[in-house]
Amino acid sequence: MMNIAEPPAIEARDLTVVRGPRTVLRDLTFTVPKGQITGLLGPSGCGKSTLMRATVGTQAKVTGTLNVLDHPAGAPSLRSRIGYVTQHPSVYDDLTVRQNLDYFAAVLDPGRGTAAQRRHDHVTRVIDDVDLATHADALAGNLSGGQRSRVSLAVALLGAPELLVLDEPTVGLDPVLRRDLWNLFHSIAADRGTTILVSSHVMDEAERCHRLLLMREGELLADDTPQALRTRTASETVEAAFLHLVDEAVAAQKFPVISAPTRSPR
Amino acid sequence: MNTHRTLATAARVLRQLRHDPRSIALMLLVPCVMLLLLRYVFDGSPQTFDSIGASLLGIFPLITMFLVTSIATLRERTSGTLERLLAMPLGKGDLIAGYALAFGFLAVIQSVLATGLALWALGLDVTGSAWLLLLVALLDALLGTALGLFVSAFAASEFQAVQFMPAVIFPQLLLCGLFTPRDQMQPVLESISNVLPMSYAVDGMNEVLRHPDITGDFVRDTVIVAGCAVLVLALGAATLRRRTA
Repeated sequence: MMNIAEPPAIEARDLTVVRGPRTVLRDLTFTVPKGQITGLLGPSGCGKSTLMRATVGTQAKVTGTLNVLDHPAGAPSLRSRIGYVTQHPSVYDDLTVRQNLDYFAAVLDPGRGTAAQRRHDHVTRVIDDVDLATHADALAGNLSGGQRSRVSLAVALLGAPELLVLDEPTVGLDPVLRRDLWNLFHSIAADRGTTILVSSHVMDEAERCHRLLLMREGELLADDTPQALRTRTASETVEAAFLHLVDEAVAAQKFPVISAPTRSPR
Repeated sequence: MNTHRTLATAARVLRQLRHDPRSIALMLLVPCVMLLLLRYVFDGSPQTFDSIGASLLGIFPLITMFLVTSIATLRERTSGTLERLLAMPLGKGDLIAGYALAFGFLAVIQSVLATGLALWALGLDVTGSAWLLLLVALLDALLGTALGLFVSAFAASEFQAVQFMPAVIFPQLLLCGLFTPRDQMQPVLESISNVLPMSYAVDGMNEVLRHPDITGDFVRDTVIVAGCAVLVLALGAATLRRRTA
């Protein structure tokens, strides 16, 4: 279980994000414990990516409190401590897998001599991590969609970050690869003590997380363990639990007097 | 700013280009072919070739680098790699200096080829030193890189980026003194040409063309071109936002 004394990896209070005329995130308050896998789930367009971008400090117009690894989100000192995978693979298509990683490694850990040796070891390790050793010298643009997203993931694994923010890293992957990647996430969390915040709109992946943040239309429906969610809603699966909570929230919107809107019932 | 990160960025940009030999060939050969063409277009009046040829040695690197940089940085923005880099410990200056170094290197090769061809094969008659021609060409390339970088912030697609060339480059081309001396233009146009950087690029080339030594005007022209390049690069850096909507 989580250690009470240890500060959380991410702490949000009244977090609000506005994009154009729309309020994408509305007064979110939650914490993400260290060393665990927290799943961020919800339908497409519910604000998952925006929450992740706010966490890594690339989102504009963020109000409220958002602390990441004991610093305000986006602080320069955090840039080498967070690994971030965007939803679409963000790698150079006209470089090979290894050249991509070599470059990003040089940004994270610049210098010659021992640093170069360290980089070489890191790059080789992350290529193995994402199982792309046989494609290391292929151009990223010639890889399949799933392979490219694994290159993107490999970049985020460079430099052993304390926090990994993964935006739908398993989209478009076959079941075997998805299982392998989830095994990798678990071993990274267990062996390296890395905190992982991973988003998905596939509910069966929720069962693999230690904790879940369920989102809908920019608000948090629940912040709990998968087990507790199923128990509380008397559901068999997290998917059923999510639907139950959505129905509850819709009912609360329709009849606000009867049922007070609870954001994070625990 | 970090030298290693800047150099790593420059090496990465060059590595990307190396996977695209056709682009490199076009960048290096097209100016040479144009000069060759021009030489025989003005077969009957070598003096016209001298004047236009020298000006073009300054204009080619500017246009090429403008196009290449605006597309390359636009791709960096749209592919998500820019967001990723800015979420990493990379300074904006590192990125911009990396691009400027990589494309500057290409510009040197392009200028050496074009200048060499013009001077020794096509008989371009220049009074001053070839090195000075090269210096101006390099500064022009830097200016092109800076303009391309800046403009890419306002383009949402490759389509728009390419359209910025007629919008940004053509007016300068018309007013820079290539077609007619600037002091013979309508006064309003002349004063506009006075604030456009390409005018000074062409003036600088013409100084080398006509004078055996470094003149005061040449120094002024190069300083203005270099200053504009640095100013636009700084503006370009300001368009790189770590936080976006």
